[in-house]
Amino acid sequence: MHSNSRSFARAVAYPFNRSRSLEERLGILALAIALLFAMSHSLWAHEFKAGDIEIVHPWSRAIPAGAKVAAGYLTLKNDGSTADRLVSITSEIAGKSEVHEMAVDANGVMTMRQVPNGVEIPAGGEVELKPGAYHIMFMDLKQAPKKGESFKATLTFEKAGNVDVEFSVGDMGGENDHSGHGG
Amino acid sequence: MAAKSGRAALVAIAAGAVLLGAGTVYLLSPNSPLREQQSAVVEIGGPFKLTTQDGKPLSNEDLKGSPFAVFFGFTHCPEVCPTTLWEMSEALKALGDKADKLKVLFVSVDPERDTPEFMSRYLKSFDPRIIGLTGSQEAIDAVGKAYRVYSKKVPTDGGDYTMDHTASVYLMDAEGRFSGVISYEEDSKVRLAKLERLVNG
Repeated sequence: MHSNSRSFARAVAYPFNRSRSLEERLGILALAIALLFAMSHSLWAHEFKAGDIEIVHPWSRAIPAGAKVAAGYLTLKNDGSTADRLVSITSEIAGKSEVHEMAVDANGVMTMRQVPNGVEIPAGGEVELKPGAYHIMFMDLKQAPKKGESFKATLTFEKAGNVDVEFSVGDMGGENDHSGHGG
Repeated sequence: MAAKSGRAALVAIAAGAVLLGAGTVYLLSPNSPLREQQSAVVEIGGPFKLTTQDGKPLSNEDLKGSPFAVFFGFTHCPEVCPTTLWEMSEALKALGDKADKLKVLFVSVDPERDTPEFMSRYLKSFDPRIIGLTGSQEAIDAVGKAYRVYSKKVPTDGGDYTMDHTASVYLMDAEGRFSGVISYEEDSKVRLAKLERLVNG
């Protein structure tokens, strides 16, 4: 009786000192790994879904002081059997948001144009909005995107409808996919 | 007959060789189209008189004796301009003491919106050694022409506008002569090597 109550007290007071079976240890390890994975997954490669459209890792950059515009990037995947189209965007940080296409020609001239009909995501395909190409242009900024923070936006697809997403904000020169941008 | 056609073939080969030789000489000559780019860029640069973000005048004469890197842009630019400014800031940091010899100029192609006050605030986000330049539309047109920079106002919805413009960084030596280009999306190691070469003159 005495020894029983003592082992009970020990089990309650020192739950982490209690000797565990191999199965228990493996279970805890698996749970820890699953938790870690779930956390890192949501931090580094957050995803959103609307119908057949998957929106992978919306991100933006910190902007210079006083800047009136910011850019947003993401990858759109279409798991469906018909093409869809990203037609419009609204965001809490901007008075106006548009899809633009940027290009630098052989003479080093940068051009930027609104994509009036939106971006098509082919059936079973994907489109990457990234630096130097398609991007979302946030204009008439109400608040500046700050490094390490995130902001909300709503994407509207022709078929998949509306989906709320969150853009994570990186460094001013961050996340370039071409090598050698030094950061 | 066979001898005749043989001779004809020889003549054809000889003519071909002469043409090939002449072509090679032409392509290697100073007038060659292959050198066109090189000879055109020699004319990049020239006099300018602009205003810094601190409201002070700055002309090409003030830069005599120091090599400089100059690029053109505008503060309502979502990607190219902040990225280039950020990369030049990183490069200045990486150059260490050598950066003291170098001047980095960011010239606005949008003087209407880029006042010295606005540029001063904007440039606080970058290396303080970067000099922002703006001026009257005439002064901006003149410096753009001297540096063969393309820029064009493009209207957007709602009465706003954006600017198409040359995104390259021009490298000028201590005498104000053109010495090279850093293109947009140039590898950071190449960028640094080019700036080091410019500073070491």
